[in-house]
Amino acid sequence: MGWTQVSYLYDGSFAGFLTCVFDSYAHREEPMSFSTPEDGRLTLWPERRIGTDQAKARRVYQSLDKKLGAEGKRLAVQGFLTCLEEKELHLWRFLRLGYQLGPGFTRGLADERVAAVWKAVGHLTGEAHLLKGFTRFSEVDGVLVGEIEPKNRVLPLLRPHFCARYPGEDFVLHDRTHREVLLHRPGKWAIAPAEDFRPGAPGEAERQYRRLWRRFYDTIAIAERYNPRCRMTQMPKRYWGTMTEFQTEEPEERKELAP
Amino acid sequence: MEETEGGSGVELLDKLTILADAAKYDAACTSSGLDRSARPGGLGSTMAAGCCHTFSADGRCVTLLKVLMTNHCAYDCAYCVNRRSNDLPRAAFTPRELAELTIAFYRRNYIEGLFLSSAVWGGPDRTTEGMIETLRLLREGYGFAGYIHAKAIPGADPLLTRRLGLLADRLSVNIELPSEESLNRLCPDKGKGAILAPMAQIRDGIRESRGELAQYRHAPRFAPAGQSTQMVIGATPESDRHILTLAQALYDKYQLKRVFYSAYVPVSDSALLPARAEFKPPLLREHRLYQADWLLRFYHFRAEELLDDGAPNFDPRVDPKCSWALRHLDFFPVEVNRADYEELLRVPGIGVRSARRILTARRVGPLTFSGLKTLGVVLKRAQYFLTCSGKMLEGLRVNPDGVLRHLVALERPALAGHEPEQLSLFN
Ligand code: SF4
Repeated sequence: MGWTQVSYLYDGSFAGFLTCVFDSYAHREEPMSFSTPEDGRLTLWPERRIGTDQAKARRVYQSLDKKLGAEGKRLAVQGFLTCLEEKELHLWRFLRLGYQLGPGFTRGLADERVAAVWKAVGHLTGEAHLLKGFTRFSEVDGVLVGEIEPKNRVLPLLRPHFCARYPGEDFVLHDRTHREVLLHRPGKWAIAPAEDFRPGAPGEAERQYRRLWRRFYDTIAIAERYNPRCRMTQMPKRYWGTMTEFQTEEPEERKELAP
Repeated sequence: MEETEGGSGVELLDKLTILADAAKYDAACTSSGLDRSARPGGLGSTMAAGCCHTFSADGRCVTLLKVLMTNHCAYDCAYCVNRRSNDLPRAAFTPRELAELTIAFYRRNYIEGLFLSSAVWGGPDRTTEGMIETLRLLREGYGFAGYIHAKAIPGADPLLTRRLGLLADRLSVNIELPSEESLNRLCPDKGKGAILAPMAQIRDGIRESRGELAQYRHAPRFAPAGQSTQMVIGATPESDRHILTLAQALYDKYQLKRVFYSAYVPVSDSALLPARAEFKPPLLREHRLYQADWLLRFYHFRAEELLDDGAPNFDPRVDPKCSWALRHLDFFPVEVNRADYEELLRVPGIGVRSARRILTARRVGPLTFSGLKTLGVVLKRAQYFLTCSGKMLEGLRVNPDGVLRHLVALERPALAGHEPEQLSLFN
């Protein structure tokens, strides 16, 4: 395509990525890799530092609906939340294909560029769906506090669900992996970075409900149907670490909430 | 027998243990079929897709706090742990206790709602009244908008069943056993009539409520997530064909949302039931029935296509769709680039999602086998039954015996979770 091959260094934000997309078209550059200052990666291609520019980002964002169609836009936006290896590169190629072919290009599921993003977004939405169920809250001083360790950045997808579920509650949901929290008070919410998140210790009532829940969990399994493999397939072990039913009784009670 | 009434005596932890233990054999635990958000100042929502909050050690999805109001029972159904003649600890929740527990669990996201059932104590009316009071507290006292599944008690006053249905999202009446004869033998206190009457009442109530809602948005909603039932499999001699035909009739005549099948777990030494010592719950058979039920509900199959007098029971070795395909090889191969949705759904290994993806992707251009793989279509089973632009998958040799052997081999690892002894039961 005759575009200069480069490597982009950007701040890791979605607006930053959209700025990269804008600049790549403006300068006819084909990014071969993306990195953020934290990666400290070496690259084979000439490196260009891209400063996030809200105006450029907005222009790209506003083009998505028309150029990619609703489905294409959703995949592009949610694709950025995924843990896909080199997601920026995949997304840049996905966007480029979309700009070439127009809305409806997402139907070409047999194209590697589309399939990769589909698959990653499927993984994200699948994980978010599981966490709607597997997330556990504790009541600490009148606030519901939950913690999860997802692979993908699921908080934006969980947000509408938990806000609709607990419209009258104050709650905090902490994503340990990406160090972010979803905060909610009746009528208001925010997703914010959280470097040092430490929930308070549970009171006696809270500990009692945890006991009740563990007892319920242990009781409803039918011994004659014991099937640990099936349980593991449906609910992979990596989720167990933040689920009340798999934590031991106090005095270790405090440990389960430690980061 | 330990006797405790209402809120006295047994600690909450013990009550929960007794009343969850008594409810665990009921297979239904879904919260699907309804989208609703909380009312202002209320708590909770429901999702049409349903949501598993955990999986118990037996691999079953746990969605709802599934308990009995009480396990004191005046009846003596032979296959049931709670039968009058069984010597085990008994307990009862008060409506207030149960409502508080439900709310506490719900706020912590342990559950999606409540599945409330009850043994029959003090007569069907009094039993139903206790359940109504619990649900009323939840809905009115706590503004609870989460999911509630309630069991209608056969023999209760229809007016009470109606009140129950106005508070619950789903109602169910268990058909219990797959034939009237078995029912009469094992549940002498309940007749088929006592079960079918509330089922019909609920069906009509749902229909009426839908009609009213179409006219006035604020009309009361009666069991908006529909009606379901369950039956115990393997305690009595009915064939799979009999069971599936019954399920189909229930879907057709009573517009049920779901029929649940529950492999009998030996809980009694009654001479009317399989002897406890050698009996293993027929889990594989239950699994095949669920697969077939799925084919009825989403794949446009009819019971009589899947089983007939020549083959009244499912082949334990392969799933019902594979076994149908092997008996209808003349239907295949199906051409990926031309077949309609219904035809694609009949191909072993192609589910609703794969069929939809194929329809979408082929609008862009003809599909090849490698294109199918990129789409995420799993070809292990499907490869024997498909062509892409007239060609079978290269290098594939097909003769019916070989295909059967291959399909059986594919199932083997999946069957490892089911006791291997199971297989010999059907051979
Ligand atoms: S009425 Fe219900 S709880 Fe009582 S014995 Fe019969 S099936 Fe069991």
